[in-house]
Amino acid sequence: MKKKIVAMLLAGGQGSRLGILTSHMAKPAVPFGGKYRIIDFPLSNCVNSDIDTVGVLTQYRPLALNAYLGTGQHWDLDRSSGGVFVLPPYMTEKDGRWYSGTANAIWQNREFLDQYDAEYVLILSGDHIYKMDYHKMLNFHIENNAAATIAVFRVPLSEAHRFGIMNADENNNITSFEEKPKNPKSGNASMGIYIFNWKLLRKYMEMDDNDPNSENDFGKNIIPSMLNAGEKMMAYPFDGYWKDVGTITSLWEANMDMLGTTPVLDLNDPAWRIYTHNLALPPHYMDKTAKVSDSLVTEGCVVRGVVQHSVLFAGTHEDINTEILDSVVFPNAMIGKNCSVKKAIIGENVVIGDGCTIGGPLREGETVDNRLTDDITLLGNDVSIPAGTYIPQGAVVNADTLHLFTKEA
Amino acid sequence: MIHDTFALIYTGDTTPLLRELTLSRSVAAVPFGGRYRCIDFVLSNIVNSGIDNVGVIMQKNYHSLMDHLGSGKEWDLNRKHDGMFILPPFMTKDNAGVFRGDIDAIHAVMTYIRRSTQKYVLLTGSHTIFNTTFEDMLKKHVETGADITIMYNIDPKFNPEDQNRDLRLIMREDSRVTEMEWNPYRPRTNARSCDAMIMEKKLLEYLIEEAYARGDSDFTRDILQRLCGTLKIYGWRYDGYVARLDSINTYYKCSMDMLNVNYARDLYNHEHPVVTKVKDQVSAKYGPNSDVSNAMLADGCVIDGAVSDSILFRGVTVAEGAKVTNSILLQGTTVGAGAVLDHVICDKNCVIRPGRSLIGYENFPIVLKKGATV
Repeated sequence: MKKKIVAMLLAGGQGSRLGILTSHMAKPAVPFGGKYRIIDFPLSNCVNSDIDTVGVLTQYRPLALNAYLGTGQHWDLDRSSGGVFVLPPYMTEKDGRWYSGTANAIWQNREFLDQYDAEYVLILSGDHIYKMDYHKMLNFHIENNAAATIAVFRVPLSEAHRFGIMNADENNNITSFEEKPKNPKSGNASMGIYIFNWKLLRKYMEMDDNDPNSENDFGKNIIPSMLNAGEKMMAYPFDGYWKDVGTITSLWEANMDMLGTTPVLDLNDPAWRIYTHNLALPPHYMDKTAKVSDSLVTEGCVVRGVVQHSVLFAGTHEDINTEILDSVVFPNAMIGKNCSVKKAIIGENVVIGDGCTIGGPLREGETVDNRLTDDITLLGNDVSIPAGTYIPQGAVVNADTLHLFTKEA
Repeated sequence: MIHDTFALIYTGDTTPLLRELTLSRSVAAVPFGGRYRCIDFVLSNIVNSGIDNVGVIMQKNYHSLMDHLGSGKEWDLNRKHDGMFILPPFMTKDNAGVFRGDIDAIHAVMTYIRRSTQKYVLLTGSHTIFNTTFEDMLKKHVETGADITIMYNIDPKFNPEDQNRDLRLIMREDSRVTEMEWNPYRPRTNARSCDAMIMEKKLLEYLIEEAYARGDSDFTRDILQRLCGTLKIYGWRYDGYVARLDSINTYYKCSMDMLNVNYARDLYNHEHPVVTKVKDQVSAKYGPNSDVSNAMLADGCVIDGAVSDSILFRGVTVAEGAKVTNSILLQGTTVGAGAVLDHVICDKNCVIRPGRSLIGYENFPIVLKKGATV
């Protein structure tokens, strides 16, 4: 059946900058914002934008992601025409290869797009938090009769060197593209959201595939070669909330953006719901001893201590006399009595024994490997912290590194 | 064996004792426990038992119930073979469309019953709430060679004012029921029916056809009580927590029971999850001035005031300076700044304007009807 537009969601990245959070799952499956996972955002945006056919390209550790997607029922994407499809790399009679780049992942799945006779293809990535109506972008693309439209987000010039920058004229025609430029000319950062005319993109991809020197990447290869060929490329300015949560710091910040009286990121929006896999859990319970302020608390939680400026995911248990500050606690964590948790990300199913300190100041002569975490303390999924353990700020703790913090006790 | 059972839920019960809560809905659709409706508990019990053919008999005010159940998807009952069947009243030559009682209602859905291929039938109501599975009860039913097995529990509480559909079982030592009391003035036993019984489908067909021919209307009075001596009826004791939503007082009391960890743990059993319709709301949000203790809150709440000893359903807003105590606020209630609520039950989407105050009493909570503005 013909589809006007088909979305392709690039969910294959490892997300190595998220460290141990992605050692067992792909980045898009990482929890976010109390009850979501990162992939809920692009998927919900698709459904809310009336896009009912989504291919999810997976490669790295797809188990958690595949199980999570299921038949797509949680996003109303269990359709008899269209729906959500998991597209892993595959073998053919001649050979088989991994996805060598973002463009190659789409190229290897050209038959998927051809079968829907797609007029337009929307390329999305699985590591951004934002609410966006893709249909408005499509209308913009059609009105401008463009070959490709790239969503851009304005960042300060001082930050522009971290992004792919789309320089455009006053009519939003892209004139040049620079990947992470040292001396940026503008702050039009690419959001990694593209709309292409499928037939045209297919042509450029075929050329790219025949080029042995290409990295088969949209940003590095496809977009520059289309620009060089003089195709009409448009920049679509987006001015809502958008955040790349590819690092521990940005993931933590984006969670904190949901707090406050008028949060920067407000998901309490009946007109633009973010759908997710809802668990069958009872409402959360605040005990007589609980003291909670400026926080998000999800169903299934039991709170007996203090929670301030934090996000608790479903099924978190916090015992009496414990204090959680500026932290993000992933689903089903159990935190014992008399603990102090400060500026930390606590992984799924973590158990913290009584009297632990998580994220305390560095003690004299102590050093931690905080290259990925800065001053955020990170406890990996399924780790059990014995009672009385002291974990200094910035530390990364999983089953392999736990002994570094417990041997002295 | 349990797979050879289908379930029939009768949702026709209405009770004036639930006051405003049943003005626009049947008891089965009454919200309970922060995010559920009564029927979620019985339906989840059935599904968790492994029964996958369920008929839901609807009667009056069934719009909100149908809206809630949908295709049965949330309970995994949207099947090609069997699944959930919604059975609303309808008119035929010998059926006026309006039921006088549950015998009429079951008679009207005889086609569904005949077409069900299972040997046993589980017959339940919808306003008695507990969390269990029915395998053991069915096993016992077959072992004893009973005609009918009725689930009961020991409920020492008795208040004539809250009495509604109160069936008491007087049993021999081996649990054989020898006599039944229906809304007794002075009950001789604390063994109360939990409104769930098992029998063979053939027996149900026979009993209904026979009673219908006699012009009887009430299953409990005209079949169970009348045939207590001739049929082999046994009791099956359930020892977990049971909530009976007979009246506004018991509704209030049972709701507050959910703030007791032991009762809550029993009803929201992790092994047998209670499933309900999903609303995709965000996590509850606590503002800088919030002060919440001993309370149960569902997703979508936005709290910046003081809440204690209360139950807040999905999407309740409590503004800064408001004080909510001993209250049950159903979905979408808005409490304005500085308002005071004590012993109040607000039905869905009520609005309490800033600074207003409502104070009820434990044995007479104030009940606001759906959408009321104060």
